[in-house]
Amino acid sequence: MKDEKPPGKPAKPGRLNAEIQSRIGHQLRAMYDDVVRQGVPDRFADLIRKLDTPEGELAAKKDGRE
Amino acid sequence: MPLTDSLRNDILASVPSLRAFAISLSGNGDRADDLVQETLLRALANIDSFEPGSNLPAWLFTILRNLFRSDYRKRRREVEDAEGNYAKTLKSQPSQNAHLEFEEFRAALDKLPQDQREALILVGASGFSYEDAAAICGCAVGTIKSRVNRARSKLSALLYVNGAEDFGPDETVRAVIGSGNR
Repeated sequence: MKDEKPPGKPAKPGRLNAEIQSRIGHQLRAMYDDVVRQGVPDRFADLIRKLDTPEGELAAKKDGRE
Repeated sequence: MPLTDSLRNDILASVPSLRAFAISLSGNGDRADDLVQETLLRALANIDSFEPGSNLPAWLFTILRNLFRSDYRKRRREVEDAEGNYAKTLKSQPSQNAHLEFEEFRAALDKLPQDQREALILVGASGFSYEDAAAICGCAVGTIKSRVNRARSKLSALLYVNGAEDFGPDETVRAVIGSGNR
């Protein structure tokens, strides 16, 4: 038959591939985490704080409700 | 549910990863922050439709992803501009070598089809399960898995061409090497 792989074939391609995949995963996370580490820029903190702050919500919190 | 203080804090806590997702998708820091802003406004306006106890990050990512998609149809992203803008958003300038490697990675990521790029980012960087990623993208779990796999093999081909003789004669890999390498 054609394409029958010899049983003793070294597993090099698989190992290389696993190394490359782990490297890609690392680079992807490094790129992503670089941004995550910047935290929350003021513009977004302000936006969320200002928007829709009903007085009742604050009063309820003072009453000891979580 | 109503916008409680604790929900507000949870939304705030999602902002860093929303930004990372937006920058990874768009490759453009300024535009990414506009996208995050729009996402937050839309989330707050529709907060009643968020089900308490369900996955808040996944809900927010879905909004951002859909906004990006509808925006994408309107204006094509400017790829030449992407790398420079992204680099500007970095806090610490990487060393020369690391920077070069980073730019190569960014450029390779930009060459992936959008479906594959977003699947890879959601699973490989944001840390969502295949199930959550499928819900965010509105497709089947199997579809996400195959997109992630195709994304990974294309990136290997684009970034590690020197080791490619070990990959064997795969049609897709060959096509990518042929078209993607400068």
